[in-house]
Amino acid sequence: MAQIDSASNIEQPLTTADGVPLKVSLQRTLRRQKIVALSLVAPLFLFILFSFLFPIGDMLLRSIDNTIVPSELPQTTKLLQNWNEQSGELPNEAVYAALAADIKKGAKSKTINRTGKRLNYEYSGFSSLFRKSARRVQRLKADKVESYRKELIKIDKKWGNIKFWQVLKRESGIRTASYYLAAFDAETNEKGEAVFKPENERIYVNLFGRTLLLSFFITLMTVLLGYPIAFLLASLPTRISNLLMILVLLPFWTSLLVRTSSWIALLQKEGIINDFLVALNIIDSSNRLSLIHNSTGTVIAMTHILLPFMVLPLFSVMKTIPPDFMRAARSLGATPFTAFRRIYMPNTIPGIGAGGILVFILAIGYYITPALVGGTDGTFISNFIAYHISTSLNWGLAAALGALLLLLVLALYLLYDKIVGIDNMKLG
Amino acid sequence: MSKLLKQVLVIMVSLSWMSGIALAETTLVVVSWGGAYTASQQKAYHEPYMKANPDIKIVNDDSAAEGAAKLRAQSEAGNVTWDLVDVVAADAISLCDEGIVEEIDADKDLAAAPDGTPASKDFGNLIVTPCFIPQIVYSTTFGYRKDKVKTPPTSIADVFDLNKIPGKRSLEKKPIGNLEWALLADGVPVEKVYETLSTPEGIDRAFKKLDTIKSQVVWWTKGAQPPQLLADGEVVIASAYNGRLFNAIEVEKQPIGMMWDWQVFDLDGWVVPKGTKNKAAVMKYLKWATDTQRLADQAKFISYGPARASSAPKVGKHAELGIDMKPHMPTAPANSKHTLLFNYEWWADNRDDMDERFQAWLAN
Amino acid sequence: MSSLPVYATLGEKIWHYLFRFICGCIFFFLIFPIIVIMPLSFNASPYFSFTKEMLSLDPAGFSLRWYEDFFTNENWLGSISNSFIIAIFSTLISTFLGTLAALGLSNPRFPFRTPVMAILISPMIVPLIIAAAGMFFFYSRIGLQGTHLGVILSHAALATPFVVIVVTATLVGFDNSLIRAAASLGATPTRIFFQITVPLITPGVISGALFAFITSFDEVVVVLFVGSFRQRTIPWQMFSGIREQISPTILAVATMLIIFSIILLTTLELLRRRNERLRGITPS
Repeated sequence: MAQIDSASNIEQPLTTADGVPLKVSLQRTLRRQKIVALSLVAPLFLFILFSFLFPIGDMLLRSIDNTIVPSELPQTTKLLQNWNEQSGELPNEAVYAALAADIKKGAKSKTINRTGKRLNYEYSGFSSLFRKSARRVQRLKADKVESYRKELIKIDKKWGNIKFWQVLKRESGIRTASYYLAAFDAETNEKGEAVFKPENERIYVNLFGRTLLLSFFITLMTVLLGYPIAFLLASLPTRISNLLMILVLLPFWTSLLVRTSSWIALLQKEGIINDFLVALNIIDSSNRLSLIHNSTGTVIAMTHILLPFMVLPLFSVMKTIPPDFMRAARSLGATPFTAFRRIYMPNTIPGIGAGGILVFILAIGYYITPALVGGTDGTFISNFIAYHISTSLNWGLAAALGALLLLLVLALYLLYDKIVGIDNMKLG
Repeated sequence: MSKLLKQVLVIMVSLSWMSGIALAETTLVVVSWGGAYTASQQKAYHEPYMKANPDIKIVNDDSAAEGAAKLRAQSEAGNVTWDLVDVVAADAISLCDEGIVEEIDADKDLAAAPDGTPASKDFGNLIVTPCFIPQIVYSTTFGYRKDKVKTPPTSIADVFDLNKIPGKRSLEKKPIGNLEWALLADGVPVEKVYETLSTPEGIDRAFKKLDTIKSQVVWWTKGAQPPQLLADGEVVIASAYNGRLFNAIEVEKQPIGMMWDWQVFDLDGWVVPKGTKNKAAVMKYLKWATDTQRLADQAKFISYGPARASSAPKVGKHAELGIDMKPHMPTAPANSKHTLLFNYEWWADNRDDMDERFQAWLAN
Repeated sequence: MSSLPVYATLGEKIWHYLFRFICGCIFFFLIFPIIVIMPLSFNASPYFSFTKEMLSLDPAGFSLRWYEDFFTNENWLGSISNSFIIAIFSTLISTFLGTLAALGLSNPRFPFRTPVMAILISPMIVPLIIAAAGMFFFYSRIGLQGTHLGVILSHAALATPFVVIVVTATLVGFDNSLIRAAASLGATPTRIFFQITVPLITPGVISGALFAFITSFDEVVVVLFVGSFRQRTIPWQMFSGIREQISPTILAVATMLIIFSIILLTTLELLRRRNERLRGITPS
């Protein structure tokens, strides 16, 4: 810290001991502090950027990426631009010749089959069409071919089906909207308009709806269960409440998988709860309750797992409400219920908001617990993202679903920031 | 603080250096399915091979369930860390199509049968794609709780009959296999199954048949689940891999019976990722591990049929239980009155569509 | 509210005890699933429920076979060392970077504080599956998928927000006049840092590190994608175990993990108390 020269002349601007004006010196110090602060944060900032945000951005780009089609079929896609897909006529001979040339080139490295696989997401049949064509086009002798159109249609009659050409033209750019369409259960019809798929083929809109609904329900459950115990903890003397707090903190610190496996042990058909109910003759052994591998299992297990995230913020808010408020209300003649409803409850709303949004954000992105106890009607959007990454290998669709989920979470995050402020986030 | 960083760096460098030492011998990373299956490969192939070749170390990586996805990501990134991957035939076909795995010349790269029959003939039509070296024929069939059904199921139609077999049942959470079974149970003759599935009405028909039991189905995703579900009494009947059922019945002595009607044959085998750093060593291992004796040896540990014709007569008794394995093979005459083989070509084209349709059907 | 006043009406009395009963039930709901698996892990039979022998406390109903299974199974043993290697290194990285950043952020003149903070704690907000998917593709490309380093870096990224938040919270109560006092007495900035700042923030840093450790130690989604079989951690092994074949070995592991978390929780509580004591000596 610069020392202020107390003997400085009043007419002159204030200076430090070495004669630099105080204003300049102060600015310099502040700038230095700023630079130090920035350089302290910079390593982590860069680390997060490169190890975390960049990979996510990179993945999200996959949701619109379609480079494989124009780069594997460069001549065909170029010539197709001049073809009117609404004309009802097949493309001209030049397009077929270009297609034969493109396929021939890609057949050697087998990359052409990846194009087929990519287009098969749009319309079933492309996979075998390209595979078959790649095998047979290689055998065509350029000087003996009269018409590539005839030859290609002879190889597979799908090349004479205008639907395949329409799809190929639509997907000939380096960007595609089709993954997002698919994520909204929509597809492009023959006229090129986006329409919803038939009712029995819709998945994702319902899935998002179910994820939100179950998450909301879980949040509600955590409020209902969390509020009374937070209230009790806040009103008890610290010595006792600290002791009871362990009952909240121990689950919080226990591995997620431990808690999930104990719920499996409790809820399954031959599990503890069913055994207990059978032993008490409440249910018959042949009518054991299905508590797991369905949405019931997801809700029970996730309520348990997320409950501490509700209790802790509620508790910290309730701790700050002076007990005098309630006493004052009572002394003015309010019944205990009225005092609670009109005085205490409104003061805890921020806590409910903070805990509620936190639980909701965590719930909609959950993967592990629904995957293990959710069965089919208790799975979330995350489970489908994982399915498309590791099972169906439709990575573009996984990225599109991921982008939508991320958007949802970010919106909630902003809401959380508005209500609580991310600076005020507390742990444990 | 910077001292701490330095220490961390030193430790990390020395750690990676130590792992470098461990890698001085050739390490082959073999990806397989884990559990009893990997154990059978370990005993029949890996252990004897490592004994004979002390410079080779074989490491098991039980990631085959995500095998296709991870292989594709590795190949896309140009950074292949696996040397040999165990996949099912359908995945082998699609990986081969995409040029992610090596093509194999069966007669050159694989050992001939003891009588001199070339490998391509010995494996016959089980080499469904040039990249694929089949190991076993397995089947997906049905197991049921003997103590919990009044009349034992005898045909695929019984699986779809809630009156005859009341209670929960378990099927794999995939359309492949289930659609075929639904049509067969609905009375479609086997030679018409794929023809029927190629029409929208046929697909509707299959899903309609599945609708009749939908509320009673617990879906499984991993091979170990259905025997477990049966053992726990969660379901009364379940489709399962025959080897897993064998294990549950003969080793764990569970009260489970087998129903072989319309068992679905499928193949499991090796693919060699393009870009493996140990290609020569892998090919050498592969030639040995897929010869007639080795394939027959694997059947000592798990009840899957060897893929070579010449291995079949050599199948003997179970190594630990002393049970004759021949009647437990899916290919045994008593078990194979009605069998179904997938039409891989049809599934290559329609898998994405059917998967989506199936997921939508599950969700609605 | 804690105790009932003598003038309480009958209704109030009933409500008072009813309320306590309800709270008791909720506490039971919280703790029962964790308690119940401990005795189950000593089950002699391979079931997930209490057998008759266990209920009658017959010693034959109990055994250590699942613990034995755990300690003789190569897959589980490998997962222990992987879990510790990955958690320790990612804790070191995230604690180091997170503490530095928290020190920087605590400067009141730090520019663009809110957006920077938002980015730094984003790993806590973004759903794990999205992070895992992004890292899976990207780390594959740069050759980090299926390596310990890849998993360590991804866990470090996930854990830093906890360190930043916990250490920042410690610094909020930090009395800057201590630094000014030291400076006016002629201490160099380095000396101030090591003699004033470090001792005061150490409890915060250690609890941040504990959070980071537990984040990595518990994490399963990212390790499933970024890791491979050779990076299998205890949660990885548990997850595939539950999916494949849920044997009571998992309950044995769970029991040991619960004991482990009790130890961590106690450590954290002691640190918190120490932190409060240290802050107590500074004028507020």
